[in-house]
Amino acid sequence: MNHHIVLRVITKILIAPIVLFGLYVQFHGDFGAGGGFQAGVIIAVGFILYALIFGLTTTKEVMPLWVVRTATCLGVLIYAGVGVYTMLMGGNFLDYDFVAADPVGDAIAGQHVGILLIEAGVGLTVASVMVLVFYGFADAAGPIDDEEW
Amino acid sequence: MSSLVIDLVLFTLLVVVAIQIVRLNHLFVVTMLSGVFSLLTAGLFITMDAPDVAFTEAAVGAGISTVLMLGTLAFTAQRQKESSGGAQVVPLFVVVATGMALIYATFDMPAFGDPQAPAQTHVGPYYIQQTPAEIDVPNIVTAVLASYRGFDTLGEVVVVFMAGVGVLALLGHKHRRRGAISRAQAAARREDDA
Repeated sequence: MNHHIVLRVITKILIAPIVLFGLYVQFHGDFGAGGGFQAGVIIAVGFILYALIFGLTTTKEVMPLWVVRTATCLGVLIYAGVGVYTMLMGGNFLDYDFVAADPVGDAIAGQHVGILLIEAGVGLTVASVMVLVFYGFADAAGPIDDEEW
Repeated sequence: MSSLVIDLVLFTLLVVVAIQIVRLNHLFVVTMLSGVFSLLTAGLFITMDAPDVAFTEAAVGAGISTVLMLGTLAFTAQRQKESSGGAQVVPLFVVVATGMALIYATFDMPAFGDPQAPAQTHVGPYYIQQTPAEIDVPNIVTAVLASYRGFDTLGEVVVVFMAGVGVLALLGHKHRRRGAISRAQAAARREDDA
């Protein structure tokens, strides 16, 4: 897509706001619409847009495959890890009241931190799985000429 | 009144897009139209005051799915094969019968927004009353998703994870040779179509 200068410039301008909006949806999910699932998809779209315009090879330098694979597992581990942590602190699995140091007085704070953490895990897994699936498709299909469409 | 107009416009466009998706056999256009369909559905969810669902539909349905379907198109043909013409009666009958059964089923459903509907009388009021005291987040959807039903959401995340693992296992990043062959096959198929 080297000759599509308009697409390239617009993409460069757009990618930062897209990822920023993804982060906003991620961390503002308790207060407005959104959450980890939507934020993950939006952030993944940023990378996929980059890959569509600048090619898969460049994108893999920005976001190497091993990082994506690790992030996929890390998200699930963060989520389940919060559950295990609350069990270690004396609560039930995923009982966020026990994330805070003092579960009796600070259950609300525990809930807030717990939700923030598990949403981060959700966002990480969703974003990296989407990028991973896209890498899988794009890798196997090979580059597409402009004329093929 | 204005919301009725918006509903009518959205539903009309939805039906038009759906009919076009069925009629056309240029798969690239069909993929794009299915993205439009998702976006219209997201608009309908907004008019029903469900921004979280609308958000998901717009991001996943109109965004990622379209890209992934385009990726799939790169493997396969660009055009749908012409159907042979005959033997359309049975599918038509099945579709009409299923549609009639679904419409019949809606007669038993509670009216839209009915306060006595089962969805409003079981755990719903509890979540709405207790969320400010127990979780203290303004968005009750997030409270239900992450806290009250955290176990379900963990399951959903694992499903997404498994989907990623499944695609990796099927398409495999290390088997580039095999990918190259399927690409050649796709090109051959395209020539057959032309």
